[in-house]
Amino acid sequence: MLAYLIRRIVQSAIVMLVVALVAFALFRYVGDPINAMVSQETTLEDRAALRDLLGLNDPFLVQFGRFIGNAVQGEFGMSYRLQQPVMELILQRLPATLELALVSGLAAFVLGVSAGVYTALNPRGGISTGIMTVSLIGVSLPTFLIGVLLIWLFAVELQWLPSFGRGETVTLPGGWVTGFLTPTGRISLILPAITLGLYQMTLIMRLVRAEMLEVLRTDYVKFARARGLSNRAVHFGHALKNTLVPVITITGLQLGSIIAFAIITETVFQWPGVGALFINSVRAVDVPVMAAYLVLIALIFVIINLIVDLLYYAVDPRLRVERGGARH
Amino acid sequence: MTEPLLSVRDLVIEFPTRRGVLRAIDGVSFDIAPGEVLGMVGESGAGKSLTGAAIIGLLEPPGRIVSGEIKLKGERIDHLSPAAMRKIRGRRIGMVFQDPLTSLNPLYTVAKQLIETIRTHMNVSDAEARKRAVALLDRVGIPAADRRIDDYPHQFSGGMRQRVVIALALCAEPELVIADEPTTALDVSVQSQIIDLLKEICAEKGASVMLITHDMGVIAETADRVAVLYSGRIAEVGPVASVISEAEHPYTRGLMGSIPTLTHDSDRLVQIPGSMPRLNAIPPGCAFNPRCTQAFDRCRVERPFPIDRPGDRRVACWLYDEQEATHG
Repeated sequence: MLAYLIRRIVQSAIVMLVVALVAFALFRYVGDPINAMVSQETTLEDRAALRDLLGLNDPFLVQFGRFIGNAVQGEFGMSYRLQQPVMELILQRLPATLELALVSGLAAFVLGVSAGVYTALNPRGGISTGIMTVSLIGVSLPTFLIGVLLIWLFAVELQWLPSFGRGETVTLPGGWVTGFLTPTGRISLILPAITLGLYQMTLIMRLVRAEMLEVLRTDYVKFARARGLSNRAVHFGHALKNTLVPVITITGLQLGSIIAFAIITETVFQWPGVGALFINSVRAVDVPVMAAYLVLIALIFVIINLIVDLLYYAVDPRLRVERGGARH
Repeated sequence: MTEPLLSVRDLVIEFPTRRGVLRAIDGVSFDIAPGEVLGMVGESGAGKSLTGAAIIGLLEPPGRIVSGEIKLKGERIDHLSPAAMRKIRGRRIGMVFQDPLTSLNPLYTVAKQLIETIRTHMNVSDAEARKRAVALLDRVGIPAADRRIDDYPHQFSGGMRQRVVIALALCAEPELVIADEPTTALDVSVQSQIIDLLKEICAEKGASVMLITHDMGVIAETADRVAVLYSGRIAEVGPVASVISEAEHPYTRGLMGSIPTLTHDSDRLVQIPGSMPRLNAIPPGCAFNPRCTQAFDRCRVERPFPIDRPGDRRVACWLYDEQEATHG
């Protein structure tokens, strides 16, 4: 177990190093950092001096080492556009994105698994056919279109829900700005969460359905039935747990993409999260923010993957290979 | 004769398909007496497993029983509600499947699967169920049963797993055990151990056994009576010793000729020419007539009915019809 954990952590560190290299290359070689910092009147001599001062003439490896050292301490430099430390900017906006991702991810998982199990157990029912048809729309419509359609229907026509922003927020001790505690904050979450989670939900649902149909055909499910166990015990005790083993992986990866690809939803709903920050930074060629965002998203993916692997380990006893191999 | 434990009469099972209805089991009748071991042999696709599945009520749709009846101790069980059938499965009819590697749920310990099954059928406490489970594992020959019970299926070898499967099938003390090719997936070296165990433990508990196999050797060693199935019809039924030493149906004789023996010194084994007809191309008359060396005109037009023969035997072959004896 410990060896497995250490191996996984080392692998994760290597992945992060590669991502950092890309981020560094972006930071260092896309455009000239000096140009972004100084005004047009700065003389060539002053520029050269600044270049020397910032260590931009040092060998590549030295510069990369310095970048890594700073990144580990959460230091990604100053935003060209906003003249604030990049990490501060990201931390201000991260709660908004994480809350949105959490709500839509949770909803996608719960609804996706329930609908998947239902359609697998009643494959020929009318409700199942309905769910499958709707899910087809869910997987095939692009996110921005769903967002715009939802705004048109619920915000413009029916005027039930707000169409943009986070509503009122409360700052918790520690600087976490939450929208969960106010009615407008909660109501503002609904449309973006649906937009962000719909695709994931339909994906999880279809996956659960396919896996469950597969598992229901296995010998151990037949044998469980042949022993006279109740449908409940067979479906939810024996079949569902086996279904969830592969579903955990996909759901973990999807949670990563929910955070990473919140960009579109945040843009459509003017949600003040890191996705919107990233888009604005791209427009302004604010390279330090882009580089930091890249590293942050990679870090989230790597952490989620690590958790998924550990969950796998907890769910599936076959992975817990004992020292000395299987006993006979 | 005492009342049979299980009585199957004129069983017909059909599969509706797009290209018409396939009749997989066509008028099968046989009895199993209390405590008796009935061997059921036939080639792949003859309908052996299907008959077993029909008895325990686990025919997979679209397959369905079209006519005939199945009686357990004189009480019809072929048209019971799912809930009533569940009370029979495991409790009165146990089943052992072919592949022990896939019959056990990989995510649960042996203890959990045994206790769950015992508690489904018997009103006992968790601790009491566990005590029974350990005793049963010990009985089926698992060493250090009180410790091994908390292991997962993958920690057992194939033969040991089949012992666990037998324990599971027998844990609610059923009156009939259907063993569907219980040794086919096992090493030759453990096959006879498993068969002996099954026979022994069923004799001990007074349970009858329906042993489905294509291995005449297993039948010869284990069964009291044997039923030979061909194309979903019974070719011959009778006590195992007499059927083996003097098979009456030409198909059974062919089967016997294909068993290698050490006592006879022959260069080649006899084989039956051709193969069993597909379900959509069963010839008129006797299903075996195109492959039969003794077929005559009547075999090609009229289907033979089961003819009672001396020594408690029945054979579906016109060679033994008295009308033929007098005329021919």
